[in-house]
Amino acid sequence: MNFDIGYMIEIIPELLVYIPITLYLAIVSMLIAVIIGVALSLILVNKIPAAVQLSKLYISFFRGTPVLVQLLMIYFGLPQLFPWLNSISAVNAAIIAFSLNTSAYLAEIFRAALTSVDKGQTEAAISTGLTYRQAVWGIVLPQAIRNAVPATGNMFIGLIKNSSLAFTIGVTELLAQGKLLATATLQFFEAYLAVGIIYWCMTILYSWLQKWYEAKINKPYEA
Amino acid sequence: MIKVSGLKKAFNNIEVLKDINFEVNDGETVAIIGPSGSGKSTLLRCLNYLEKPDAGLISIGGVTAETKKVKKSTINRLRMETAMVFQHYNLFKNKTALDNITYPLAASKKAGSEEAVKIGERLLRQVGILDKAKHYPVSLSGGQQQRVGIARALAVDPHALLFDEPTSSLDPEWVGEVLKVISDISKNDKTMIIVTHEMDFAREIADRVIFMADGNIVEEGHPAEVFDNPQNERTRKFLKKYMQRAADSQERTELELLTV
Ligand SMILES: Nc1ncnc2c1ncn2[C@@H]1O[C@H](COP(=O)(O)OP(=O)(O)O)[C@@H](O)[C@H]1O
Ligand SMILES: [Mg+2]
Repeated sequence: MNFDIGYMIEIIPELLVYIPITLYLAIVSMLIAVIIGVALSLILVNKIPAAVQLSKLYISFFRGTPVLVQLLMIYFGLPQLFPWLNSISAVNAAIIAFSLNTSAYLAEIFRAALTSVDKGQTEAAISTGLTYRQAVWGIVLPQAIRNAVPATGNMFIGLIKNSSLAFTIGVTELLAQGKLLATATLQFFEAYLAVGIIYWCMTILYSWLQKWYEAKINKPYEA
Repeated sequence: MIKVSGLKKAFNNIEVLKDINFEVNDGETVAIIGPSGSGKSTLLRCLNYLEKPDAGLISIGGVTAETKKVKKSTINRLRMETAMVFQHYNLFKNKTALDNITYPLAASKKAGSEEAVKIGERLLRQVGILDKAKHYPVSLSGGQQQRVGIARALAVDPHALLFDEPTSSLDPEWVGEVLKVISDISKNDKTMIIVTHEMDFAREIADRVIFMADGNIVEEGHPAEVFDNPQNERTRKFLKKYMQRAADSQERTELELLTV
């Protein structure tokens, strides 16, 4: 067997340098996805005419097609339709694709989280003199957020991993750097394993963070 | 004073309230009884516009809402005149017992946050649960939750309190403590409407009893009149059935006690 663990350890610092770009892709995409997801879920929950059909179409498309196809479409395809997008950077194209894709999943997660808050909560709030808006902000949303956190966290883990697809359009992130090292030395297994381990560590660290947060927000609901 | 006239409500073209008319005087306690599905909850929910009536006029305290031309601001003011105690308590799950009371007060600017806490603590003491002020609803028994629910309704100091079967989802062991709290409040000159299946309780605390069936007020009067000398055939049938069921369950509990 030909496995050079020394080489693997040696390249890890070179790879760690790319963690910021990977996290940047994941975090910015997540933030945008959350905003779009919230908007879509509000449309779905409040059954706003016409907007509901459009939202469903959007959700269906972005959940029903591969992220990679969406990424290529946005980076190479959109500038063809809209010439002013010619100068779009690969990083920005990746962020757009990841946010749109993730938002479609989040819309469904948020919709379920909102509708699973008992209607009696809003009614009690209204009957004690709160406005609908106050009821939503003070009573419904905090409970909906708690419902949504586990699934939303999984989406974020997915984003960290999927951000590696950005290498296909030339973003030099973690995987792209791994590939570069691998082809330079032909030590493929060491290089890709190192990349894998770094992703693994990131998702484990994030899972811990999320567990801690879930425990914190679940406290009021535990007898 | 509560005044309801010509109140109508249908769900999916099925009339659930058919021309309801009644009044409740200041300080009066009115019990509404009747078979399930007769529209009792819908009636209460129309009073604070949790359901929008199809027609009619509702006047509570100083606010009058005529269904056909009611404005959003009128609905908001009307809602301020009542507070509701729900069958399933509906305590805010994300708030402690105390915050359940202070949050609506502070958010609707009825009280500053310090004053809200004072009001909250006073009312929790009144319903005998001040020691649970920092507890979240999940860690309270049904009876405790409902007492917080009552305190929350009292806190906004409404013109009238509306109770929708406040003890129906409680385990039998908690019913007494909740009825006691409600009975104490009814002595304090609060205007109250209580939908209940607790006939003995209704007889004891109500100044007037309304019997509803099929979306109509079939009979109303002093508890002694309605319970002991019902004029309408439907009322008689309902009460007879109720007595029968009460006797059955009494027998059942006795049997259970024997077999233990
Ligand atoms: N939101 C609703 N949608 C459709 N039907 C309803 C709704 N609320 C109540 N109903 C119907 O209206 C009737 C009266 O219900 P309700 O007022 O809850 O009766 P009660 O409280 O006397 O048991 C029932 O037949 C019930 O199924
Ligand atoms: Mg009911």
